[in-house]
Amino acid sequence: MEFTRAEVCVTAASDTWRDAGEVLAHAVGTVPAAGARLARLTHSPDLVLSDGEAFLMSELPPLGQTAAAGGVIEAWLPYRRVFDVLQTGRRQSMMGASQLDRYGNQNISAIGDWRRPSRQLIGVRGAPGNTVNHRTDYWVPNHSTRVFVESVDVVSGVGNDRARTGGPAARRFHRLGVVVTDLAVLDYGPDGRLRIRSVHPGVTVRQVQECTGFPLDGTGAGETRAPTAEELRLIREVVDPGSLRSREVPG
Amino acid sequence: MRDKTMSLEDFASAIEPGATVGIGGWGSRRKPMALVRALLRTDVTDLTVVSLGGPDVGLLCAAGKVRRLVYGFVSLDSIALDPHFRAARESGAVETAEYDEGMFVAGLRAAAQRLSFLPTRAGLGSDVLTMNPDLRTVSSPYDDEEYVAMPALRMDVALIHLNRADAAGNGQYLGPDPYFDDLYAMAADRCYLSCERIVPTGDLVRDAPVQSLLVSRMHVTGVVETPRGAHFTSCVPDYDRDEAFQREYAGAAKDPAAWRRFEESFLRGDEADYRAAVAGFHDAGGTGGAGIPGCAGRIGETDGPRGTRGIGERRG
Repeated sequence: MEFTRAEVCVTAASDTWRDAGEVLAHAVGTVPAAGARLARLTHSPDLVLSDGEAFLMSELPPLGQTAAAGGVIEAWLPYRRVFDVLQTGRRQSMMGASQLDRYGNQNISAIGDWRRPSRQLIGVRGAPGNTVNHRTDYWVPNHSTRVFVESVDVVSGVGNDRARTGGPAARRFHRLGVVVTDLAVLDYGPDGRLRIRSVHPGVTVRQVQECTGFPLDGTGAGETRAPTAEELRLIREVVDPGSLRSREVPG
Repeated sequence: MRDKTMSLEDFASAIEPGATVGIGGWGSRRKPMALVRALLRTDVTDLTVVSLGGPDVGLLCAAGKVRRLVYGFVSLDSIALDPHFRAARESGAVETAEYDEGMFVAGLRAAAQRLSFLPTRAGLGSDVLTMNPDLRTVSSPYDDEEYVAMPALRMDVALIHLNRADAAGNGQYLGPDPYFDDLYAMAADRCYLSCERIVPTGDLVRDAPVQSLLVSRMHVTGVVETPRGAHFTSCVPDYDRDEAFQREYAGAAKDPAAWRRFEESFLRGDEADYRAAVAGFHDAGGTGGAGIPGCAGRIGETDGPRGTRGIGERRG
């Protein structure tokens, strides 16, 4: 069965919520949002999804649209309750990253000196609170040395080294899962550093290392699993019939 | 009950230079834009602005009225960043305090409760502590945990916009999200509430549940009736965001000459002039962007609000 790189990324994103249980899936970006929906339709039926507005949905509106476009509302989740939920820990995030270092420190705040940035980004947003409260994964649609850097300019999402030295309250619920990119799935070794877990079909370990701005262990890297026929059907017919995914991962 | 209705001009003359001003709403959602525009028509400056920011922050920065900006984010929702905010940051024009959104809310809650701080886990291990060197931690008296002591975000004045209110200042939201407007009202010494329509008190719960009564008159100093007073942000269910006009705003903000033209067209007169100019913009088939192609922000790049959160979620 033929499949695209974007579809491999969606199933890899879906796998991050495997065994998450009855928690709120927080997904930023098209591939993570499609992955969360696929997870809900396959291995994780208890997963809780939001419409991206103020509602939790037992049946979802089309990808990229809110409850106004359809679906079934099962609960109310205005902004104030999002912060309550994330502090209970019943949530798992997949966020973007403008920069990531080898320990999984993530920057979405600013490039350059934060006092007067060369490029203002979106700000730390919820990344500091997410990373010290519940599992957080990252999605990088453009695996490159611009994203994977020796050291990030602003630590928005807390990495493994910072969590280890940040005291018991910072460590207690800190858990970085994996980083899914358009080339590979990275996870963290016992030393807290990123390493290659698997390369996507058609990608080599060397290619991934060359696109990373720090040494990346590729020992034991496998190949990212192919989507099953059922997953492909769901992605194409139910989750993302408009193929928004291919705008994020072309080819 | 005392009648607290006032005009936009009365409101604007009540704001002192150097004040700390909290602005309700969220991003480009139910912002008290008519109150902000009224401030633009005064010579008030040197403000400290506390906001989960959108074009309210952008307009005040562009007018040179902000000395210090306290924010959880500044976004136009469907456009990732407000261009005036970006320019202010990249030119070092304003002092800033950037907090995690949950920390910001903890600061509102502390202020509303008249506490000097509230403990929160958010911020630990991150550069929020580096960027705000005044932040301190607090040790739990019960175990070995140590939390960020988020200081109260106390304000002189809060500005909020709701769908309905009565003349005494009982305020009502009719959309799906209250945002944090009740906390702003309680965290400030004075709160000015603008609304789409002032109605008799008895009408407030005629077609809406009592749970929609978000703000009590106890916490409100003045009420201003401003139809379309959140424009160009959304004020659901009364109206959605004016995306075309927001594109026009954001496109113009990227270029000094275009911005001068925008100011001339929309910000030189009073609120009635503004409404007429916006109507003219749409009559002329305005689609926004100030003639600059590709002015829409990139969606889904980072942990954005609704524009990015629709595909994904609205916040971190």
